[in-house]
Amino acid sequence: MGKNTSTAATGYEPLGTIEAVTDGLASVGYISTRQISTAVYLAHHLRKPVLIEGPAGVGKTDLAASLAGFLALPLVRMQCYEGLDEGKALYEWKYGKQLLYTQLLKEKLGEVMDGADSLSASYEKLGGFEDLFFSEDFLEPRPLLKAMRQETGSVLLIDEIDKSDEAFEAFLLEVLSDYQVTVPEIGTISAKVPPIVVLTSNNVRELGDALKRRCLHLHIGFPEAARERAIVAARVPEVDADLLAQLVDFVQGLRDQDIRKQPSISETVDWARTLVLMHADALGEDMVRDTLNVLLKHESDIEVVDKSLGKLVRASVQGGRMER
Amino acid sequence: MSARILSDFIRALRASDVRVSTGEAIDAAGAMKLVGFEDRVLLRDTLGMVLAKSPDEKETHDHLFDLFFRRERGASQGEDAGDGAAEDAGAAGQAPDMRSLSEQGDEAAIAMAMERAGEEVGLSDIRFSTQVSFYAQKMLKSLGGDALQRELVTQLQAHTPEGEAEAEALMAARADMLARSREHVERNFEVFGSGTTEQFRDDYLSDKALDRVSRSDMVRMRALIARIAKRLATKHSRKRRKRNVGVLDVRRTLRANAGFDGVPFDVAWKQKVRDRPKIMAVCDVSGSVSQYVRFLLMLLYAFQEEISDISCYAFSGRLEDVSAQLESHDFEEVMDRIVKTIGMSSTDYGQALSDLKTEHFSQIDRRTTLIVLGDGRSNYGDGRLDIFREAAARAKRTIWLSPEQKPLWGTGDSLLLRYQPYCDVMTDVANLRDLERAVDDVLAAYA
Repeated sequence: MGKNTSTAATGYEPLGTIEAVTDGLASVGYISTRQISTAVYLAHHLRKPVLIEGPAGVGKTDLAASLAGFLALPLVRMQCYEGLDEGKALYEWKYGKQLLYTQLLKEKLGEVMDGADSLSASYEKLGGFEDLFFSEDFLEPRPLLKAMRQETGSVLLIDEIDKSDEAFEAFLLEVLSDYQVTVPEIGTISAKVPPIVVLTSNNVRELGDALKRRCLHLHIGFPEAARERAIVAARVPEVDADLLAQLVDFVQGLRDQDIRKQPSISETVDWARTLVLMHADALGEDMVRDTLNVLLKHESDIEVVDKSLGKLVRASVQGGRMER
Repeated sequence: MSARILSDFIRALRASDVRVSTGEAIDAAGAMKLVGFEDRVLLRDTLGMVLAKSPDEKETHDHLFDLFFRRERGASQGEDAGDGAAEDAGAAGQAPDMRSLSEQGDEAAIAMAMERAGEEVGLSDIRFSTQVSFYAQKMLKSLGGDALQRELVTQLQAHTPEGEAEAEALMAARADMLARSREHVERNFEVFGSGTTEQFRDDYLSDKALDRVSRSDMVRMRALIARIAKRLATKHSRKRRKRNVGVLDVRRTLRANAGFDGVPFDVAWKQKVRDRPKIMAVCDVSGSVSQYVRFLLMLLYAFQEEISDISCYAFSGRLEDVSAQLESHDFEEVMDRIVKTIGMSSTDYGQALSDLKTEHFSQIDRRTTLIVLGDGRSNYGDGRLDIFREAAARAKRTIWLSPEQKPLWGTGDSLLLRYQPYCDVMTDVANLRDLERAVDDVLAAYA
């Protein structure tokens, strides 16, 4: 715990209490829950990465972005995919620059070698220069290294970690537990200020135990009606209050239907925008039918819902009125 | 104090199948120090994030947390309120005896005495519900049951009205404390033991002969199969690529060594992408075998994502493609219908095989594993060995799963021994474990 004191002069001070986290996230338009705020609070105070799991479109990635926005820290994002390797995640040497400099220096070689007539003498002279090409000047930092080198801390988002290979997951362990990376030619680079690390996963594959052990685990599910209303109101402020209550009620009802892909918050927000564009002030059956493809992404889901659409809409219009 | 509570809680979690490592336990202690005890909801969320790493584990965790800290609260209240009483009793060098405990009805003091007795008898080791009475008796003893018993006997032997009344009171106190002990033990059992019982029942079911699994066990069976599927999927999805040792990947090598002016210091080898398994299951669904088919298909369909292509044919007389039905409708419903409609005619392997040849032979290619599930009893009909040989030759592997035990193969009208030479593997499956092993073997062949 003693390590925490060293972070006093960083950009993380606003994370003093859980309430402060909630308020701070709200100030940048992210409606948090107590659990989400607790996770962020713990991540900072325990210096642990947070692994967020949950269905697509519930605001996993958005949490990292909002956190960075609220703390006014850089967001370093790394999108994972199959085949992602060290070279793309950590660092690469700037080959071009190295080659260019070698060419330029060729001219000067005569001057440098001046006076060295034997092979061993010139070798010794050259020895003084060899580290030049493998110094930080020629290092191209990739996301992980970039996050380590931020002076005031940063938010490192490792997105969709489940899409990466298992080997890469193992490679991440050093980064996540010690906040340091090793570049063989230079040595170990430790983070000046450990970044707040957020990993997201859609559960495409089961993550390894070693990784899970090192992280705090946060599960974000579909939001309750009240929170969903707050989110939509924050994202689409121009939506009418009656319509808001109705549309959220409708989406909540939709999630209980027997469909393949349940609409998530991002879809609700998109739908709210669509309805606003259509100048709707209340839900109508025809309008919902026309815009259903914003919410449902499978043809078969639309067919299923279409059958009971009238009933669902009427229930929402009534339910929305009661909520008000 | 908090360290003991936490370590007990973690033990309870482990007993319920939540894996908690030492590192996580240390993290939990740190987190606990950070958030404190006062806010229970906060503490629950916090420990949930540190200790439970999947939705399932979270559910178990939250459930246990409520159970555990309800119990814990009783104990700590006992400690606060009981301090005075304990000191009084301490003067006499003895905890308050059972009778005064019961008669005074001081809940805090009772809770404290219960905790103490529980610790003395090692209550956190309880594993099975059948142990509840045993532990309750032990607790009663630890609470001073023997002394009370002696007193009771003395009072009864006095044969006086006062003695009788005294004995009555003692018996009432004893009954009261026994009931309380029981309740205490039951609560502890829920915390520490119920996970083990579940585990025990799962183990029992995994070993049970598949055709004896009753309808009432179906839900549990389904959960078990889902777990097996997950386990197998994780195991076999690890290596999608295989290193093909010895063949140089020129493009990747050049790219990796651009920095060295093309001198190949780091050499990259070609990799081979593994085939996704393709499975063709041909299942005998006549009465005697249908239950096995149900579980095999349940397992296969449970990890459909892992298997690129799974097709399924059911027969007893004529062969029918049932893949489409199984994919689009409720599994149980379709299974019942298949058994009822297809499973009713008399078994004819020859007819089924010739149907396979005329209609579905093109489906079998070098990636296909052909799984046949059946007892090979064809009512003395022609087994069409020629077609089976041809099918086996086309397929990558041919696996025959027989519900009948090995000694019965080839007896009566069984053709198993005659089919055997064409199969890569012929094995008997009696229970869920066998089934898991068989499917594991099928997937391993794609490594």
